[in-house]
Amino acid sequence: MNILELEGLSVTFATDTGDVPAVRDVSLRVRPGETLALVGESGSGKSTVALAAMGLLPGNSRVSGRASLDGTEVVGASETVLAHLRGRTASMVFQEPATALDPLTRVGRQIAEVIRNHRSVSAKEAAAEAVDLLRRVGISEPERRASAFPFQLSGGQRQRVVIAMAIANSPSLLVADEPTTALDVTVQAEILDLLRQLAARSGTRVLLVTHNMGVVADFADRVAVMLRGEIVETGTVDDVLLRPAHEYTKLLLDAVPRLAVSGPEESDAVPEPAPREPVVRLQDVSVSFGRVRALHEVSLTVRPGETVGLVGESGSGKSTAARVALGLIAPSDGTVSLFGTDLRRARGRARRRLLAGLGVVLQDPVASLDARMSVAECVAEPLRVHRRDMPAAQRRARVGEVLELVRLPRELASRGPRELSGGQRQRVSLARALVLEPRLLVADEPTSALDVSVQRTVLEVIEELQRELGFACLFVSHDLAVVQRFAQRVVVLRSGRVEEQGPTATTLLHPDTEYTRRLIAAVPVPDPVLQRSRRAERRTSLTTGGQGATA
Amino acid sequence: MTAVAQAPTLEPVAGHRLSVRRFARNRLAVAGLAVVVLFLLFCFVGPLLHSTDQTHTDLTQVNLAPSGAHWLGTDAVGHDELGRLMYGGKVSLLVGLAAGILATVIGTLWGAVAGYAGGWVDAVMMRVVDAGIAIPALFILLVVSAITSPGTGGLIVILGLVSWLVPSRLVRAETLTLKNRDYVLTLRAIGGTHGRAILRHILPNSVSTIVVAATFQVADAILLVAYVSYLGLGVQPPSTDWGGMLSAGLTVAYSGRWWLIVPPGLAIILVVCAFNAIGDGLRDAFDVRGRG
Repeated sequence: MNILELEGLSVTFATDTGDVPAVRDVSLRVRPGETLALVGESGSGKSTVALAAMGLLPGNSRVSGRASLDGTEVVGASETVLAHLRGRTASMVFQEPATALDPLTRVGRQIAEVIRNHRSVSAKEAAAEAVDLLRRVGISEPERRASAFPFQLSGGQRQRVVIAMAIANSPSLLVADEPTTALDVTVQAEILDLLRQLAARSGTRVLLVTHNMGVVADFADRVAVMLRGEIVETGTVDDVLLRPAHEYTKLLLDAVPRLAVSGPEESDAVPEPAPREPVVRLQDVSVSFGRVRALHEVSLTVRPGETVGLVGESGSGKSTAARVALGLIAPSDGTVSLFGTDLRRARGRARRRLLAGLGVVLQDPVASLDARMSVAECVAEPLRVHRRDMPAAQRRARVGEVLELVRLPRELASRGPRELSGGQRQRVSLARALVLEPRLLVADEPTSALDVSVQRTVLEVIEELQRELGFACLFVSHDLAVVQRFAQRVVVLRSGRVEEQGPTATTLLHPDTEYTRRLIAAVPVPDPVLQRSRRAERRTSLTTGGQGATA
Repeated sequence: MTAVAQAPTLEPVAGHRLSVRRFARNRLAVAGLAVVVLFLLFCFVGPLLHSTDQTHTDLTQVNLAPSGAHWLGTDAVGHDELGRLMYGGKVSLLVGLAAGILATVIGTLWGAVAGYAGGWVDAVMMRVVDAGIAIPALFILLVVSAITSPGTGGLIVILGLVSWLVPSRLVRAETLTLKNRDYVLTLRAIGGTHGRAILRHILPNSVSTIVVAATFQVADAILLVAYVSYLGLGVQPPSTDWGGMLSAGLTVAYSGRWWLIVPPGLAIILVVCAFNAIGDGLRDAFDVRGRG
């Protein structure tokens, strides 16, 4: 029997602004022994399907159709029936491990509680079982870790605890909603390995909800692609990812930045650019926040017209380095020079003149624009700061020009940021950054909050304008595939230090250091065949390299 | 990943229209708004329809019970009580509104500067606020009124100066989160001034907090004026306000002249409750956190 069956499932949410259909007529089943991935972009309804399968939809939803877990109907089921199913027949792993755990309860107790919810075992037995579960999900020293609070664990360890809770009562189905999205790639690879191993050993089936095609290729047996609340294509992972039938799937796969993993040893590397005065130079910069060393003797330069990618895992200090370059964080040691002038020496008007040569795009498309201003006011802000005597008519004209430059219609100028999509907002941010014709653009994860198809247009716009206007770019990203496509040189940061740097082509294909090699090996590529061989390779290198699977 | 917020069929609804709808759903708040509007009309337009002499005493007409000629009777010096209620209400509402707004303005600027500057500036400014909160506002108010016996303008200033502490804390808290928003960081990174960051970004974005705080401030200020005048330290005769009327009526409370006590007392209760209800409604509408 199929563990999960959805038949003509539709979900509508009642909101302040009227009814919003989220899922329309979705039918799918998870067959015995297989992993099904539900992929789609934001707003496609994939998470809603997962919640509906667990009977976890919020109160303002209306559901029609059928959803059954192991033969029991979920739609319209009473809380008692659902409580019996959840955790025992099916359990869920959420995206953010930090909020999925109770911060004030030791993790061992949290796991024991889940066990005792469904089975009548003594507290002592449950505690022993919790330790055992922690060992099964690959946490070292489980006896000691069981008495840790969530904040004492790393993100990867927390997600392992969440998984331990989910499998505590050996459910037949695990619903994992973006289980690795909040994690670094190396940790993501470990968590996926863990899920795969658990599924293989205990026959648990997995419904994986994700936006990441690489993760799908790495993990799933079958794939269902969702678009605007409907399933547009279903098939085996090889079929869907390598021979997509539906137009949308093709578009989606085409937009995914792919990490090139092989190439000639000595590629005809970009010739070392003429040693012109760098636009920004960090020299032996150290930054401390209290007792935490965020950066340690970091040196990097960006020369006119070139793009330098700054990569690293979370906490590696890449955003801090970008903020130091912007003068937002003063280094405790070392010097920062912008356009040849020491930032510390420049004060008042001189400093502001220097900063006028900068353009900034930050990550969050929502927080980047002041919702109380119109698009025109947002874009015009740098002009108001640096060209105070510019007449209003001229300013309006310039705003229109820049909007067209980033491929937005001029009419958007009078709209509010709320009315725009994420991709449009990031392009407005870009327009604001370019309105003064900067010599350096600092972009901190400018596309990581966007869907892949939107990400591609934004990146294309930046690339094209860079060719046209010739600004240099410091590009911060955790996504190696994006950096590989985008940057001529790359700087790899690891816990506040520069691990290695060099031309992108050589550094990302033939890294010098073990760390970079591991980082690259952990990136899943959206090609199931290639990914399978990469996974095998990574496994052997991990075992021979003696690097245990510690999060 | 909320499917709701990003569904393509969702028509963008302007934020303020949604707020109006949420406010309208709070019946008590709508009633409060109606009460305030009615009282404003009563006090400021009323005298045009019901003209009375509130400056000269008329000893032939003292202490009359309500009748056709004097709907709410007359007081101990012959003033028409209904006219007096309008006349006193003008002062109460004017002082309350002005003092409440003044307190909010001072508190907003203080809180925004403290929160934005951070570090020792913030520490010093907020300790000043703590010290101010430690001394009861009413006490300061009484002492200062007793020394200076202020007019209407003076009363507004004094009230404003003793009650800005709570709004300053609210605005500071708001500023602390807003100053790290990406758009403020972006502005600072390209050399924008601190003044611009505060005036163009932080204050406009805390406007909902500020407006809600202001409503509660007005209610508090009306009550404070009533206290002070009741104790005879507020507005001086021949001018008066609801608190002063209550005080004058209370001396004859046991002679059965209810019409000198009940109307001003009810007016104070109604208006203060109404402003608080409006504040609650606005808080729902803007979806901001509570007072204090």
